[in-house]
Amino acid sequence: MDLSQNHIHNQSAANLYYQFGSDNSFPGLGTQQQFPPFTSPFGASPSTNIPHMDWNPATMLDNLTFIEEKIRQVKDVIHTMVDSGGQLSCHQGEIAQKKQVVNADLTCLIVQLISTAGSLLPSLKNSSFLRHPAAGHMDMANHVGPSSGLVPNAMTVSEENKEDMCSPEDYEELFKGWTDGTIKEGIEIGNVLVEEQDMKDGDEGKDGENLPPGSCELLQLEKDEILAPHTHFCSICGKGFKRDANLRMHMRGHGDEYKSPAALAKPPRDASAEHELVKRYSCPFVSCKRNKLHKNFQPLKTILCVKNHYKRSHCEKSYTCSRCHTKKFSVMADLKTHEKHCGRDKWLCSCGTSFSRKDKLFAHVALFQGHTPALPSEEPKTCSDQISHAGSHQESTKVPNSMGSSFMWGASSGDNNALDIKGFDGCNDDFLSTANFGSFNLSFGPADGFTGEPSGGSFSMLPSEHFQSA
Amino acid sequence: MAAAASHHQQHRHPKRRRLALALSLSPSPTPDAAAPPLDSLADELLFLVLDRVAQADPRALKSFALASRACHAAESRHRHVVRPLRTDLLPAALARYPCATRLDLSLCARVPDAALASAVVSGPSALRAVDLSRSRGFGAAGVAALAASCPGLADLDLSNGVDLGDAAAAEVARAKGLRRLSLARWKTLTDMGLGCVAVGCAELRELSLKWCLGVSDLGIQLLALKCKKLTSLDLSYTMITQDSFLPIMKLPNLQELTLVGCIGIDDDALGSLEKECSKSLQVLDLSQCQNITDVGVSAILKSVPNLLELDLSYCCPVTPSMVRSLQKIPKLRTLKLEGCKFIADGLKAIGTSCVSLRELSLSKCSGVTDTELSFAVSRLKNLLKLDITCCRNITDVSLAAITSSCTSLVSLRMESCSRVSSGALQLIGKHCSHLEELDLTDSDLDGEGLKALARCSKLSSLKIGICLKISDEGLTHIGRSCPKLRDIDLYRCGGLSDDGIIQIAQGCPMLESINLSYCTEITDSSLISLSKCAKLNTLEIRGCPMITSTGLSEIAMGCRLLSKLDIKKCFDINDVGMLYLSQFSHSLRQINLSYCSVTDIGLLSLSSISGLQNMTIVHLAGITPNGVTATLMVCGCLTKVKLHEAFKSMMPPHMIKNVEARGCVFQWIDKPFKVEVEPCDVWKQQSQDVLVR
Repeated sequence: MDLSQNHIHNQSAANLYYQFGSDNSFPGLGTQQQFPPFTSPFGASPSTNIPHMDWNPATMLDNLTFIEEKIRQVKDVIHTMVDSGGQLSCHQGEIAQKKQVVNADLTCLIVQLISTAGSLLPSLKNSSFLRHPAAGHMDMANHVGPSSGLVPNAMTVSEENKEDMCSPEDYEELFKGWTDGTIKEGIEIGNVLVEEQDMKDGDEGKDGENLPPGSCELLQLEKDEILAPHTHFCSICGKGFKRDANLRMHMRGHGDEYKSPAALAKPPRDASAEHELVKRYSCPFVSCKRNKLHKNFQPLKTILCVKNHYKRSHCEKSYTCSRCHTKKFSVMADLKTHEKHCGRDKWLCSCGTSFSRKDKLFAHVALFQGHTPALPSEEPKTCSDQISHAGSHQESTKVPNSMGSSFMWGASSGDNNALDIKGFDGCNDDFLSTANFGSFNLSFGPADGFTGEPSGGSFSMLPSEHFQSA
Repeated sequence: MAAAASHHQQHRHPKRRRLALALSLSPSPTPDAAAPPLDSLADELLFLVLDRVAQADPRALKSFALASRACHAAESRHRHVVRPLRTDLLPAALARYPCATRLDLSLCARVPDAALASAVVSGPSALRAVDLSRSRGFGAAGVAALAASCPGLADLDLSNGVDLGDAAAAEVARAKGLRRLSLARWKTLTDMGLGCVAVGCAELRELSLKWCLGVSDLGIQLLALKCKKLTSLDLSYTMITQDSFLPIMKLPNLQELTLVGCIGIDDDALGSLEKECSKSLQVLDLSQCQNITDVGVSAILKSVPNLLELDLSYCCPVTPSMVRSLQKIPKLRTLKLEGCKFIADGLKAIGTSCVSLRELSLSKCSGVTDTELSFAVSRLKNLLKLDITCCRNITDVSLAAITSSCTSLVSLRMESCSRVSSGALQLIGKHCSHLEELDLTDSDLDGEGLKALARCSKLSSLKIGICLKISDEGLTHIGRSCPKLRDIDLYRCGGLSDDGIIQIAQGCPMLESINLSYCTEITDSSLISLSKCAKLNTLEIRGCPMITSTGLSEIAMGCRLLSKLDIKKCFDINDVGMLYLSQFSHSLRQINLSYCSVTDIGLLSLSSISGLQNMTIVHLAGITPNGVTATLMVCGCLTKVKLHEAFKSMMPPHMIKNVEARGCVFQWIDKPFKVEVEPCDVWKQQSQDVLVR
């Protein structure tokens, strides 16, 4: 929705058409084909989703009925003013308020008339949009904001708010903030109304962001729109893209006119965009904290936030980690992040617990008395350079408790240095692999594999031998 | 050999007398006439005697042990420190001295795992301290064996274990009783290994992690959490930051913190303490921390109210505001500001803020001027040690202020303060009579100055190298009145001859170290007189061409403790001198023979000195590759050998490898052959020209 609005604001009607005319590939076919493409990217059928966009007599009739209704209301208000004219004594302020209400209502009527008429004449309509950005804005945003009475059968939220809006009391309240009823603000009223009401009830927990009422524009996308895989569509072949830039690259294949630097360049933001209000988003899931009706409503900041939030909170977790087969995710990026670290709990504690991060291990060690970081079983190049231990220590995650009294070096030290060295070598490996020292007595069987030599064999040519004989 | 025997005799007689005396005093019942007298002597008394004997001459104990079986046994029980020369002697040495508590392996360049394990197991487990700081070749297995067999191990120095890592640290952690541990330069050590040590050695009091580049905040934080008893911590050149600085400063017993060259420590870290303060901290070293400024220093000074020593060398410019914050630590005794830059009266502020200072170092500082230094020292009346080395701008004014106000100075170092005149240097002797250490290298000192220094009767170290004006007459005054002199440096004092040296040798019997390099007039008679200084252990006579083997042989016979000898460019010294050295100088550790007339014969004879560690053999005409090779093969303790580059190709490569495998490092010198020695004045002029440029 954000995108479509941008287009309304930033691009000419023709451009807009190419952008979205995925189903109706020919320009200038008529107004009724002007609008459906807006919704088609989001996978909803145009007729049901935003009916007023279609040129159909029933809708037009509805609009006119609404305008009639509105006129009648204004008439009523003025009547009451006339009636109460006798009792002038009463409230000057009330009369002023009523005048403002009438003023606003009339403004609203004018806008609606223009837009209703505009839907009949495409050129007229678009130019009117350009002259009054707010008017176009209203049309595009009306299914989100409750301001537009043009949407008789839009979603419930709009309905409610429309009714709210129709009651003078609400106008009174609203108009405390806005004294002059320009077109633009008159139309913004509805959008802000919701937010203001929510703000009134809720506490200040707003993600640290506390936009004053009226400084932002609240939008709400539909579920279908949120879950749509693509948001940009080729007007010629209908292919969908996630990014506008990708679409522009794609368009090069459709002819030379799309290869010009202007066509390839990022569409510039025009001046009006700078004065635009900050946009905030509401989650369509009612009772969600991110839904604008929630008591402690916290708006989402970007479209991406909306998408990720909706998928994470209100959708099924369909991606399962291929490593651990237990963790599930609904956002692909989350899965990928997890898979990067899944199964790599390389930080071990002496108690056998493993951690994926070093700081987690250290927090654990800090917390529990007697626990100590344990080194991974394969510790390359830690022993002295002369002791070659190519052998793999099976598992030594458990820290060896004690060497045991049977760790006898002195036994042979007197008679044979070479033997001694060998003995030590063996012990070293034994020790690391937490094997029993009891069996170690300068004779380890060939089963000990790591030397590849039977116990009687001696390591010839160890550097230390040179030294000791020297 | 005859001389040696007579020497032993000399020593044995007084000792016997003393033993007899001790015997008569002993409360034991009347000794059986048949039993050896030592049996009835209480060990405590005997050890007291032996302590005194060892103090007089360390070698005397050896002769004592040879006297009888009982003496031998007594000497075995007496010795507590074992320092073997070679690794293969280790088991025997430990078996011989079962009561030894300290094993010092600093003379063994290479200690294989096997040797360590076998030695320690065959020996007793009484060892409480092991020093492996100079040894390499052992790994986690050796450390494991050590930790397992010495349950009482409390002091372990494993510095320079560049090959050691987490696995070895995990083994260290099994020595639960460790109180002092050095893991300096364990470059592969990470937080994991440190974490093991932190958890395992909860009794640690002192720990050095200098140059442990792999250690990060996580490990240090755990250390601070687990080892609450730490009193001394060295984290120099580690990558610690603010995150671990805070927990360290909160250690309740920390007294000494060394943070040299910690680039992660910045003003934010120093300021992060805010209201907290470390009441126990007494010594703080922040030298070479490049990322801190005067603001950070001011901040940290608020948090260390009981500091005694502060080192800010090469750290940040010294501003008045920073110095004023020193007022918050009234007990400050020592302030080191080497290589700092003084900004706007910073030095003056020291005078007003740190009145209690005992020791001040301004060595190599820039911005030290006469007015500021005079003002500062006039307030620092209690100063005992002052270092103004290379403060080149100060003149007589400063020196006058120093000598008039700091009369209790014990140490004054003012090397290369070249603008101070000879007249002003006389003031030192006149006013500072308590001086024990004086460095006037490269100054204008003359005979009158030395005469004034004669008042400093406690002088023990005098460095007056490159003072071309001093003469024999001046030295005579020193020799007559400074009997405690232990160290004198007369490097390139061209005006000296034998007479001055003879006066020194006769007047200073405690002399341990003398440097006579390039005093070209010196002859053998100087050495003959110096040979009476029995404690001499360092002799440098480089570039004294008139000295011959005759003088050297006298030294060899007289100075039996000689351990460092530099006879480079003593062209007349030949094999005869070497033969005498090999006979008598068994303490010799280091020798420089370059340019001498020594041949293979002399060199080979030197190889009988078993403890020789360091040899420089460059530009000797009579030396052949074969002779060098043979010598190197025999000298088992060598750690460093300097040879001419040409020898590298001429010696058998496998021999070089073999020697290297024992822990010896070769340095191949490629300098041109240059015989002539410039006169001292020419040399000084040249060196000053270099300085000016």
